Parts: sequence; structure tokens; C-alpha cells
Amino acid sequence: MTTVTKHHDTGSTRGSGPMIEAVDIHKRFGHVEVLRGIDLEVAAGEVFCLIGPSGSGKSTFLRCINHLETIDAGNLRVDGDLVGFEQHGNVLHALPEKKIARKRAEIGMVFQRFNLFPHMTALQNVMEAPIRVRKESRTIALERALALLDRVGLADRRDNYPSQLSGGQQQRVAIARALAMQPKLMLFDEPTSALDPELVGDVLQVMRSLAEDGMTMVVVTHEMAFARDVGDALVFVDGGRVVESGHPRDVLTNPQHPRTQSFLSRLG
Amino acid sequence: MILADEEHFGQPTALTGKTNDVSVPVKVVAVRRYGTWALGLAVLAVLAFVVRAFARANIEYSLIPGYLVNRSILTGVAHTLELTLLAMAVGLALGVMTAVMRQTHNPVLRGVALGYTWLFRGTPLLVQLLIWFNLSIVFKNLSFFGLYSTPMNTLMTPFVAALLGLGVNEGAYIAEIVRSGIISVDDGQSEAAAALGMPQSLTMRRVVLPQALRVIVPPLGNEFIALLKYSSLAYTISYTELLQSANKIYTTNFKVIELLFTVSIWYILLTTVFTVFQQILERRVGRGHTRPTEGIGRRLAVNLMRFRR
Ligand SMILES: Nc1ncnc2c1ncn2[C@@H]1O[C@H](COP(=O)(O)OP(=O)(O)OP(=O)(O)O)[C@@H](O)[C@H]1O
Ligand SMILES: [Mg+2]
Repeated sequence: MTTVTKHHDTGSTRGSGPMIEAVDIHKRFGHVEVLRGIDLEVAAGEVFCLIGPSGSGKSTFLRCINHLETIDAGNLRVDGDLVGFEQHGNVLHALPEKKIARKRAEIGMVFQRFNLFPHMTALQNVMEAPIRVRKESRTIALERALALLDRVGLADRRDNYPSQLSGGQQQRVAIARALAMQPKLMLFDEPTSALDPELVGDVLQVMRSLAEDGMTMVVVTHEMAFARDVGDALVFVDGGRVVESGHPRDVLTNPQHPRTQSFLSRLG
Repeated sequence: MILADEEHFGQPTALTGKTNDVSVPVKVVAVRRYGTWALGLAVLAVLAFVVRAFARANIEYSLIPGYLVNRSILTGVAHTLELTLLAMAVGLALGVMTAVMRQTHNPVLRGVALGYTWLFRGTPLLVQLLIWFNLSIVFKNLSFFGLYSTPMNTLMTPFVAALLGLGVNEGAYIAEIVRSGIISVDDGQSEAAAALGMPQSLTMRRVVLPQALRVIVPPLGNEFIALLKYSSLAYTISYTELLQSANKIYTTNFKVIELLFTVSIWYILLTTVFTVFQQILERRVGRGHTRPTEGIGRRLAVNLMRFRR
């Protein structure tokens, strides 16, 4: 876990406690309360899986973690720091855009629909943020980008535009792009749901190897085999609440709550 | 052979007649289009009449080649180009700024942007030009915080008035084009950029606008070419662009049609050249996309035959 925490030791609480600490998180869109009190904790180095039916709030919760959505109530901390706010005494100050951006840079995110930048080649996609956000030199950024593309098995595709890549290849470039920022935490929102079945394996393989390297990962997924084999913890979310949690093997093979049971039986 | 019925249409078996009961070859006769022929003849007749009228009129066509390279006309061409390019630059700057302002969360900026497009798209360009030219009636002097002051009517030369008139008006139209371009970019793009830690401004510059360009450039090319032609309105505030240069000559020698033809030839020439540029530019911003661009012939057709707005 030392690799995960070494490049940020500014805050006193950082690196010691859990990577994510969520207490009673609420989020509403208009009159619809999508998150209705989520409680969970993700330890550093852990692969944490979120499963649940469509519309249960999995994506919304994931997006709260890097402040793409602002929570309405509750206490959400990433690596000891409040998400989106700064505490001075007992007053919370909303963070200005620049600081929010800086925090997001430490959290990688992988989307269901890849969201690669279509006007940039695979290599440019991976190098963009390190150069523009972290102000790295081209040489250093290039070196790491090439290593990352190699790692996801796409070294020979560096000069291809996303439109020239298959879905699975695009998703692997997207993972490399997120890793290029050397995040301490990776969020995956159904990374294989938009892929043809035969392309899923390559992406899961990359995620597996990331897990083996000790990356902290929160994974929203329908790939129960992946959750069972790679996951360290799993929660079943329904109706904006955590219904059941535990070790993936236990929850998946021996679910306790009737809603978990019916959800899993529907998956077959 | 019998034409295939709907069900078999397009299938080779149907065309060979195999599926049909009728085995005797039948002669196919297309629908006779007498109306089309009549109309064609009528058009030819009108055309012949017009051409004859132009040919028999007192027009010295032999003067046109000379006028095309006449020194004042060439100066007019240069001024037209200069005015168009600079006004486009002003329009682009204002347009992009306004479009980005419309997308921000700041209600004041949004309001200003909205008001600007509303005002300048809602009034005729010619009226705007005249107001700019006569601005000294409203503002006697232009002064910067008392540090520097100059009378408006020495500042607002025909060129400056034309530049501001065309540029500021163009900005309002370009803003809408740029905005539609920005909106066309998938939300997932700004989201991915945000997740990478890119601030809004950087996201706009590096991710959204470059992709919006693909949508923006074609109508922008049309705007430029329209602007080239609208720049002739500066004639009314006595700026010596192409039309005014011709006007100056024909008010002394009365070769009105010869000179207007000369001017038209120049406009068509410029439009054609810029259409080629537009084509090249569209290819460049299409990077990473496989959508084919329109052919040059189609582009020319659009640019030369565009309706006035
Ligand atoms: N920006 C938004 N505005 C309004 N409603 C939203 C917004 N985002 C999500 N929702 C609603 O919140 C609910 C939860 O959405 P969310 O995307 O978090 O579900 P999910 O668990 O990820 O589902 P899925 O498995 O289909 O991805 C849904 O009913 C959705 O319609
Ligand atoms: Mg989702």
C-alpha cells in the first residue's frame, strides 16, 4: 500500500484511515431522493464492489466521491479530507473550483461509455491531463503514457484515434488515461457493460492486474465472477440504501436479505 | 420484362422476371413528361431574351478585363478583404466569448450574452452600420477615465464604423453557431475531463471547443462568405471597399453595368477561393472522425446560391 499513499502526505489524517468514509449520504434530484443514507467504508488497497438494480443510485454515489455531484447531507471523506468542503473550526467552506479540480486529479474514473477524447490519439488521450493539469514535462508524460499503454496491451495502438479502436480497446485506453494521473483511488462505473462479451475479458484482466498492484478500487459492476474473484468487499445497494454488505463470496453465494436474494436470482 | 412489384423491388430475381407469370417480353415506356419539356423551352426562351437584351444593350464588355485589374478596383478588393477578415476576427472573438458566457453558471454573464445576441440579431445590419457611423451624435468624445480623450467623429472613420458594424453584428450570429457546437459535444466529455482534474476553462479550451469545431466550421465558412458579400454595405457609409471603388468610377464615366459586372466577377472569384479554403479547414478539424466532408461542388453551390438572412 505504500505505493498508493506516498505522493500526498499534506493532511494529517491522510494515508492513515480508510480511503473512503461515507456516513449517512443523502442526495436528491429535485423531489426524488436518490441516495437515502448510504453508509460504507473503503479501506486503502481494497477492491470494493457495488452491485444493485438499475436506478438504485450506484452511479450517483460514485459521482459524489469525486464531487461530480454534490451531496445534500451526510459526511463523505476521501483519504481523510471532506469531499467538496474545507473545515475551519466548525464551519464548512465550499471549495473553489480550482481546489475541487486538484482533488479530482487524485481520483481516477472510468466510465461505462469510455468517454475518450475523440479528437486525440490514444497516446494524446493519456498524456493530456498529466501535461495540462499536473504540468509535467512532455518527456516524462510521454514515458509514462507509453508504459501505461503497454501495460494495457495497446502499445501498438498509440497513434490510433478512439474511432479506430474497438470498445474494449477504448476502455483500456481510458483506464490508462486515468492511471496516468497516478491516482490514489480508481472509480469504475460499469466499465464492461457497453462491451461485446468477447471484449470484456481484456478489460477485466487489466483491472485484475491493477488490483494485484494494490490500487484502491471502487467498482460498480454486473460481473459477479469478477466481484467474487477479485473483490475484497461488496455492497448491495437498493433504493439509495446499502441493503447488504460483506465479503463478495459470502454475499453472492449466501445472501441474507430477501432483496439481495431476489436480485441475484434474477441475474441467474 | 415487367418492373418488379414492391415486394421484390431491388432484388435481382425480380428483374429477370423469373418470379413473374408474364414470360412475353414487354416494351418499357417511361412516363412522358410533356410538361417538363414545355417548361424547359419556356426557360430557354426567357434566357435567350435576357441574353439578347444584354448583348444588344449599350454595354462595352471589352472594358471589363481592364476594369478587373484597374488600380482603384484592386484597392477596393484589398479593402474588402481587409474589412472582411478583420470583421470576422472581431466576430469570432465576440462570438466565442458570448457562447462561452451563455454556458456559464453566472446569471449576469448569461444575461449580457443573451441581450447582445437579441439586440444585434434583431436589427438590420444596415441600420447598425449607420448608427455606428453616426455614433458621435450620442457620444461626443471617447475618453478613458479622463486619461485620454478624443472626439468621436475623428475616431469613427468609415473604416472603423464598418469594422465594428460588421464585426459586432457577425459576433451575434457566430455566438449562436458556436453555442450549438458546444451543445453538440457529449456531456460525457466534460465529465471525463473534470474527472481528470481539468478546470472548466481548460476543459472548454482543450476538450469541448476542439470537438465543437467540427460542427462549427461549416456554418462559420458560410458566415465568412456571407460577410464578404455583406461588406459591400459599407458602401453606404462611404468606405472605399470594392463596390464603392466601382461607384466612384461610374459616377464619372457612367459605365455602370460594366463596373457592376467587374465587381460581381471579383466577388464570385473571392467566394470560390474561400470555399476551397473552407474545404481544407473542414478536413483538418474532422480529425478522428470518419464522416466524409461535402464535396467542393456542393460547397460552391451552397456558398454561391445562399439566401440572404
Ligand atoms: N442528473 C440527474 N438528474 C435527475 N435525476 C437523475 C440524475 N442522475 C440520476 N438521476 C436519477 O437518479 C436515479 C439513480 O440513478 P443512478 O444513475 O445513480 O442509478 P444506477 O444505480 O447507476 O443505475 P444503472 O444501473 O442503470 O446505471 C435514477 O432514477 C436516475 O433517473
Ligand atoms: Mg449507473
